[in-house]
Amino acid sequence: MNAIPPLLDVQRLTVTFGGPSNAVDDVSFDIRSGETLGMVGESGSGKSATAFSILRLLPPPGRIIGGNIWFEGADLLSLSERDMRRVRGAAISLIFQEPMTALNPVMRVGDQIAEAMIVHGEATPAQARARAVELLDAVRIPDAASRVSDYPHQLSGGMRQRVMIAIALACRPRLVIADEPTTALDVTIQAQVLDLLRELQARYNLALLLVTHDFGVIARMADRVAVMFKGKVIEHGPVRDILRHPTHPYTHSLLAAVPGHR
Amino acid sequence: MPLLEVRHLVKHFVRRQGFLRSPSKVPAVDDVTFSIEEGEMFGLVGESGSGKSTTGRCILRLVEPTSGEILFRGENVGQFSRSRMRAARRDMQIIFQDPYSSLNPRMRVGDIVAEPLVIHRLGSATERRERVAELFQLVGLETTHIARYPHEFSGGQRQRIGIARALALNPALVVADEAVSALDVSIQAQVVRLLMELKERLKLTYLFIAHDLRLVEHICGRVAVMYLGKIVEMGDTTALFSRPSHPYTKALLSAIPALDPDAPHARIDLDQSSFEREAPLREIGPRHWAAI
Repeated sequence: MNAIPPLLDVQRLTVTFGGPSNAVDDVSFDIRSGETLGMVGESGSGKSATAFSILRLLPPPGRIIGGNIWFEGADLLSLSERDMRRVRGAAISLIFQEPMTALNPVMRVGDQIAEAMIVHGEATPAQARARAVELLDAVRIPDAASRVSDYPHQLSGGMRQRVMIAIALACRPRLVIADEPTTALDVTIQAQVLDLLRELQARYNLALLLVTHDFGVIARMADRVAVMFKGKVIEHGPVRDILRHPTHPYTHSLLAAVPGHR
Repeated sequence: MPLLEVRHLVKHFVRRQGFLRSPSKVPAVDDVTFSIEEGEMFGLVGESGSGKSTTGRCILRLVEPTSGEILFRGENVGQFSRSRMRAARRDMQIIFQDPYSSLNPRMRVGDIVAEPLVIHRLGSATERRERVAELFQLVGLETTHIARYPHEFSGGQRQRIGIARALALNPALVVADEAVSALDVSIQAQVVRLLMELKERLKLTYLFIAHDLRLVEHICGRVAVMYLGKIVEMGDTTALFSRPSHPYTKALLSAIPALDPDAPHARIDLDQSSFEREAPLREIGPRHWAAI
């Protein structure tokens, strides 16, 4: 055991959507600062429900019915809604799959980046605007000082996802949850965004929970992997062990289904 | 004679930019030439906006080409009358990407599969029912589910329904436009296996349009890479993947995440100035062409 407790420690998380079986069933994992945990599975495996549970953002009728989620020593499940709002978008932030629907179409991207900092009382409006330019620059948007006034529709898909990342980083989070962050992007843009995420992770010592269905993304990004199937983590371990010597038959079949595997 | 020949295909879309500005032409497909032999599985790959789907739709004249020729069994499809074209479509079918939006939610799946037969006035009602049952078996669906509605099926099953509909008229050419892209990887593998089996059993020829290069490498014998409306490289899949020659192909292949965490990872960024956009395809190796 490592003496330093993990940044995030999920224990026996159980979620129901009211169906006959639990969407997330007795799931445990942890993540340390600077580490990437890849959570992989197919649709309906419970990987997104697990990720959204951490922020307590499950869409109804989803409900957490058991377990604990420890983050920096506090159990997120026992926080008041008011305290939880201080965590969301600040200490823990989220990057969604679809930047076009996650961004506000009638708000300039700079204002959307600044909004989180102002809401969380991290900066005055003037400071927040200045930092928005810095962040756009950090996510490698060329000519950040003028792009800050653009609306989302003026940006390409890859640039919109960079804006999403800038928003996620605005309040200096310790944990970033990325739910299929590159699934909607072309492969060349995906490669750039993944490289950017890695670089920012190293620079800010971020913990990253990367939810994906793509083993290629897992191989490139993850330190450890948790494989989900029907609401359970059926296998987890270091990325090389999982990809090279999967022990669970489901992991095996999932890898075998990837075109060109071995 | 190739089954399908596409010669100098051009498709411009007109973009209207507000009512005071004059509309501008966007070349979605810009002088594309390739041919597919009977029984081939030909991959057409590219990223969004490359023109790969528009090319597929022009072949079936679901969108009208601006210029160029589409020859099917040597006949110029572009000069067919409406009724001749309708008959020709019996031989050329398309499977779409999204199994959720390409099936009419208010129709029973048996009727969806029978619809092409009804439109082409083929068979009696009894014969059509028999044909639908046969098609259900062919694509691995339960014949007892014929009277159900699309929402009662999973994504993979819906794609099988789309395939059954495409095969109802015994086509020779199937254009599969991102046909498995929306499916989970294990379901994708099953549907790909089905497409390969059907190819052998029914002697089908496929134009397989996809953005997933790993999948195309795995299943297609030949492949063409499109970039901004043009084919920049084309050839036998093994040659193209082992010796990519156009700067765009190199960038594209370098971007595919390897399944090995220790694989050397050197992303090649595309340098637009490193190639001539108007360069014609030239032979750079046996059965291998690149626009360099």
